[in-house]
Amino acid sequence: MINLTINGIETTVDKGTTLLEAAQFLGLPIPTLCHMEGLTPYGACRLCVVEIGEGSRARLVTSCTYPAEEGLKVRTASRRVVKARKMILELLLASCPQSKVIQDLASAHEVRQQRFRQEYENCILCGRCVRMCEEQMMAKAIGFRGRGEQRSIGTPFDVKSEVCRTCGGCMYVCPACQLRCTYNEPERAICGGCANLSPPCIEKEKFKDMMCYMHPCVACEIVDR
Amino acid sequence: MKLQHVENIVDKHGSERGSLIAILSDIQSTYSYLPEEALRTVAQKTGKSLVDVYGVATFYRSFSLKPRGKHLCSVCVGTACHVRGSERVAHEFEQQLQVKPGNTTSDRQFTLEHVNCLGACALGPIVVVDGHYFSNVKTTEVKRIVGQAREGLDTVEVKTDQRVFPLDVSCPRCNHGLMDPENLVDGYPPIRVTISFERKHGWLLLSCLYGSFNSRSEHAIPLEATVHVFCPHCHAELSSATPCASCGATMVPMIVRQGGVLQVCSRHGCREHVLDLDGVNL
Ligand code: FES
Ligand code: FES
Repeated sequence: MINLTINGIETTVDKGTTLLEAAQFLGLPIPTLCHMEGLTPYGACRLCVVEIGEGSRARLVTSCTYPAEEGLKVRTASRRVVKARKMILELLLASCPQSKVIQDLASAHEVRQQRFRQEYENCILCGRCVRMCEEQMMAKAIGFRGRGEQRSIGTPFDVKSEVCRTCGGCMYVCPACQLRCTYNEPERAICGGCANLSPPCIEKEKFKDMMCYMHPCVACEIVDR
Repeated sequence: MKLQHVENIVDKHGSERGSLIAILSDIQSTYSYLPEEALRTVAQKTGKSLVDVYGVATFYRSFSLKPRGKHLCSVCVGTACHVRGSERVAHEFEQQLQVKPGNTTSDRQFTLEHVNCLGACALGPIVVVDGHYFSNVKTTEVKRIVGQAREGLDTVEVKTDQRVFPLDVSCPRCNHGLMDPENLVDGYPPIRVTISFERKHGWLLLSCLYGSFNSRSEHAIPLEATVHVFCPHCHAELSSATPCASCGATMVPMIVRQGGVLQVCSRHGCREHVLDLDGVNL
């Protein structure tokens, strides 16, 4: 048994418990993206950061991969944590704006705009699908390929894999392809306002004939408030 | 037959997790790229999934999934080289070879590649062609480098190369001079010995320039064949006790007039030679 303090609350957990599990047990919310119950922790998205240690030795760690340690002092919502989380969300929005999951997370964390160059990736390399395929579906049909900028997820040689049973598990767990918003180029877009979270509903001119199929639309919601 | 070779490589390294890179680099050095079937065979033989093998193969820059050309040109575009203008050099290579980086010319001669640092930043811009380093490369030199690579960078330029100098040798048994003043190889009188291999018997003229491997012989010697070398005067076989360090064939000793011993490998195509000039080892 390990004793630790999370946000000032003393708690005792089993050996091997991660900080995320300990915090969730106490009912403290920590946003996660690449973490998924039933899959091995991966630590790719960094969204679950918490602050551990004290004073000048305090540092940010990903709670989904960090095991509980005796006497550890954890803060799940310190100013530093919140700042880091917002930054991560902004960056995620910058690369993959059409993901409803990311948009929802962003709006829940009061990210109102993102300041980076907008890209339209359809993958955030969280590796959920890779782990799903390997660990739950026992197929290992897809995996990471290349590195750096070229890193991508897919089948070897980009051909249909022989071991894939088209179970759809990968798509089911993907935060970027479940509930996908369309791009925001006017021809293809439905609304697109959510991409930059600047409220399109106000600038009615440009988006007048467009309809939004997302309920509720993150961007619109922000305006309403 | 091709896959048999891949299987042998796998058998050699075993199928533990750590041996994958060794296997892949062996395959790469055999075929100069990683063919799809080879990767599939590796996955099958080692019991790994194809994604894992493919992931490793695409992760490392030294592995290529596309066939490479005969000559590999790597232009450094790392920070230090970039600052020294490697971008223009890289562009010039693209112009000269008419390919985009990462691709191979249509005649399969050159593969152009960008690398991110070769660890010789102070000498940048650096270009490496077939393992030969070129430092402080200017755009005007690119054409010459490409031309040199076409001709083969491994042939020694006897007229300009400083490392090449003529030797005067004699037989270690009878001490009779072995130089042949009646012939010329590389513009110098060559070393003349008698050789025998595969029931053939004849003369062999070796360039006396240390560093040059040019030779002439009565019978064409097949590559990789070893020959017996004899002194044309006392007919003693010239063979030394220590075998060649790189291929294991017998070394042929000769006395250098200036003082010292020259040893050359008796295998045709092996480039091992040792010059021991009274203590100075070259
Ligand atoms: S949930 Fe912990 S890093 Fe993604
Ligand atoms: S940057 Fe070119 S060698 Fe280091």
